[in-house]
Amino acid sequence: MSLNPEYLKEERSQEWRAELRSKTKNKDRTLIPRVKMPELAPEIRVKYQDREVNMGLEPGQAQKEATRCMDCANPTCIEGCPVNINIPKFIKYIESGEILKAAATLKETNALPAVCGRVCPQEKQCEAKCFYVDKLDKQAVAIGHLERFAADFERNSGVSNVPETAAPNGIKVATVGSGPASLSFAGDMVKYGYDVTVFEALHEIGGVLKYGIPEFRLPNSVVDFELENLRKMGVKFETNFIVGRTASFDDLKEEGYKGFFVASGAGLPRFMEIPGENYNGILSSNEYLTRVNLMGASTSNTDTPVLRGKNVAVIGGGNTAMDSVRTALRLGAERAIIVYRRSEAEMPARIEEVHHAKEEGVEFMTLCNPLEYFANEKGRVNRMSLNRMGLGEPDASGRRRPMPIDGSEFELEVDLVVVAVGVSPNPLVPSCLPDLKVTKWGTIVVDEDKMQSSIPDMFAGGDIVRGGATVILAMGDGRKAAENMDKYLHNID
Amino acid sequence: MNKILEKEYFSDKVVKLVVENPLIAKSRKPGNFVMLRIGEDGERFPLTIAGSDPVNGTITLVVQIMGVSSSKLVALEVGESITDLVGPLGKPTHIEKIGTILAAGGGVGVAPLLPIVEAFKKAGNRVVTVIAARNKDLIILEDEIRKWSDELIVMTDDGSYGRQGLITVGLEEIIQREKIDECIVIGPAIMMKFASILTKKYNIPTQASLNSIMVDGTGMCGACRVTVGGKTRFTCVDGPEFDAHQVDFDEMLMRLGGYTQEEKKATEIYSQNL
Ligand SMILES: Cc1cc2nc3c(=O)[nH]c(=O)nc-3n(C[C@H](O)[C@H](O)[C@H](O)COP(=O)(O)OP(=O)(O)OC[C@H]3O[C@@H](n4cnc5c(N)ncnc54)[C@H](O)[C@@H]3O)c2cc1C
Ligand SMILES: Cc1cc2nc3c(=O)[nH]c(=O)nc-3n(C[C@H](O)[C@H](O)[C@H](O)COP(=O)(O)OP(=O)(O)OC[C@H]3O[C@@H](n4cnc5c(N)ncnc54)[C@H](O)[C@@H]3O)c2cc1C
Ligand code: SF4
Ligand code: SF4
Ligand code: FES
Repeated sequence: MSLNPEYLKEERSQEWRAELRSKTKNKDRTLIPRVKMPELAPEIRVKYQDREVNMGLEPGQAQKEATRCMDCANPTCIEGCPVNINIPKFIKYIESGEILKAAATLKETNALPAVCGRVCPQEKQCEAKCFYVDKLDKQAVAIGHLERFAADFERNSGVSNVPETAAPNGIKVATVGSGPASLSFAGDMVKYGYDVTVFEALHEIGGVLKYGIPEFRLPNSVVDFELENLRKMGVKFETNFIVGRTASFDDLKEEGYKGFFVASGAGLPRFMEIPGENYNGILSSNEYLTRVNLMGASTSNTDTPVLRGKNVAVIGGGNTAMDSVRTALRLGAERAIIVYRRSEAEMPARIEEVHHAKEEGVEFMTLCNPLEYFANEKGRVNRMSLNRMGLGEPDASGRRRPMPIDGSEFELEVDLVVVAVGVSPNPLVPSCLPDLKVTKWGTIVVDEDKMQSSIPDMFAGGDIVRGGATVILAMGDGRKAAENMDKYLHNID
Repeated sequence: MNKILEKEYFSDKVVKLVVENPLIAKSRKPGNFVMLRIGEDGERFPLTIAGSDPVNGTITLVVQIMGVSSSKLVALEVGESITDLVGPLGKPTHIEKIGTILAAGGGVGVAPLLPIVEAFKKAGNRVVTVIAARNKDLIILEDEIRKWSDELIVMTDDGSYGRQGLITVGLEEIIQREKIDECIVIGPAIMMKFASILTKKYNIPTQASLNSIMVDGTGMCGACRVTVGGKTRFTCVDGPEFDAHQVDFDEMLMRLGGYTQEEKKATEIYSQNL
């Protein structure tokens, strides 16, 4: 693994890196201000659902930002990355202008760098552990922006480097679902020589990357490019196939599948179960985003409709809420409001998303909680009542518990409400496997070191195990499961 | 895959399709449905599996032309394929030997009713069926239903065929005549609502198969939610069959109208472009 200190030291001591280090004094490196990502202007971008907000660094900007990185002897940033990308190595390749080598470094441990560079909550992961933040109290090296730069450079260069795969071993394995956990599992297994088939219930491959995260944050073309790479490596994809329904696990075993990786995600939307929540015009963020992102409902040539609102309230403070509220703006809302029961400091969304939402004109009603919805004579929501909240003692999650303030009720005019208060694990797979151990929340129980479930030939990872996490954690699970399934399948033979 | 092998018009508006899909043909059970998508710009929509032939690897769908998606499906010719077809979805009907079953089918609801009637009959029940539609042209699958029913009553709103009157009239006559152990109703929401009010009056356990608006059909979006016994349930994964006496049909009717304007516009544009 790249976290091995000996290995890291050896790589760091290579001549080209030593030379780069001596070229610029650390003092001078620290004086360079952090790069600012070029962005599409807010007043323009709110008109387009499909135009990416972040436009990517220019080569000069990337090189200068890369120069900030001091190639630390103890690169703590790597510990912050769930897949332990060799961060200084790839950044130093950018500094030295060898961008394709930087991209290859990323691919050593991360199957989807162009995706992660865009959607990782870097401020909580790699960048939180950067020396600049930890010791200098300065802004972190922009690791995410640089990762995206290298991955995009490779994609646009036309030199796609398809990783090498071992000779086929003829052993069939299946993954359930096609989100990031499955894709990274499939990438690794095919490298080991397995015959991998990805089964997906929907008509598109990608899981949340396709149906959830909007184009203005993660273009589908970026995901499709990575999928094409997996195809070239030999991964097979079956859409419109629900494992457990279209065919059972036993059917697949009969067809020769020897191992299963369940990464079916946390696709079950939660509602608040308050009065009036089933009125028309009140929908889950999954429904809203699926209609727009997967079904293309925002364009006029598709058959799937989407409700548009003038006054849109989005309930929640996570990435899903930010994606929904910014989508509402792009679909023509005059007011798009985040209603969140805690304060902004507790919001789980990526900071960049909150910042972008504000620039675009999203209103934030924090410390407010919905109580009830009201509708017109046709059953379409037209009003909601809310409570103001105060913050009490910290709860189990360590965040201060929101408490309703007596007599603080007020009303808000709304004609569209998107409920983004979380998701539960997809119950489909556990419901058809009585022997599979699950927690009381419905997540699959695994041995954390191996990602192996209570059924030996079945491994699991991503949101179906974690209940709701991040793209990169899901991918980390996929890698770990691949490594251990490989060992398991070799031992039983 | 998904190739249309047979196509038969029951009427101007109701079409039977036999579609190749060996996996679904093998795994489906009575009460299951599929989600379809026609063309890359198509929407996802549900249809009940009206029958299957596991040997030949085909399933039977019966579709009534409503708006854009059903029209696009019916426009496909024998030999063409459905872009996306996934299933089987939904919980299968609970079939066992209970005694006497009263089955009620309204309009195109007769299609999903057929495999259920067949299964109850095969399980050894006495099955009495009432099917109804607005007029003669809209009565479908009469012979097939008759084959699996001990008795069949056909009714039309306008009296153009069978007996004249709403389906509840026929149902009540049978309920008053003999002891019914369970009732199953499938049809337009408004019909299910009134059939349910009737059987509640006589305390007959009743299942209704709900046709709420769906997007994914796999439990992921919540578009299909209905209130049953005061609780929110998802039709696609918790249903489509529920205890009819617990279903809030008024809310369901309201939710079915949630996209009326959008659907109307889409149908207008579609017919202009034909
Ligand atoms: C709107 C939104 C925005 C987000 N933004 C971010 C972000 O900015 N950064 C970040 O790191 N994370 C973000 N997340 C979280 C992140 O996307 C998830 O943690 C991650 O996608 C989980 O990956 P997964 O592989 O476990 O499953 P998923 O991506 O959920 O994929 C699971 C797939 O399995 C399929 N499936 C389920 N059951 C079956 C079955 N029986 N047979 C076949 N297929 C099946 C489903 O259809 C689905 O496509 C966001 C999530 C959402 C919803
Ligand atoms: C579980 C289930 C089983 C069904 N089985 C059958 C069947 O066997 N045969 C049959 O003819 N019809 C069936 N339906 C209804 C069928 O799905 C709709 O008639 C069809 O989607 C109409 O689409 P459209 O574009 O042609 O019409 P539109 O003009 O879009 O809509 C007409 C009406 O159809 C309903 N509808 C629209 N879109 C959807 C959607 N995505 N999902 C569900 N309903 C929708 C609404 O009530 C709407 O008012 C079933 C529905 C469900 C939920
Ligand atoms: S994958 Fe995510 S956490 Fe790891 S280095 Fe890249 S942006 Fe940071
Ligand atoms: S901690 Fe920061 S400065 Fe040090 S190697 Fe990592 S990215 Fe570079
Ligand atoms: S159709 Fe989406 S949850 Fe039922």
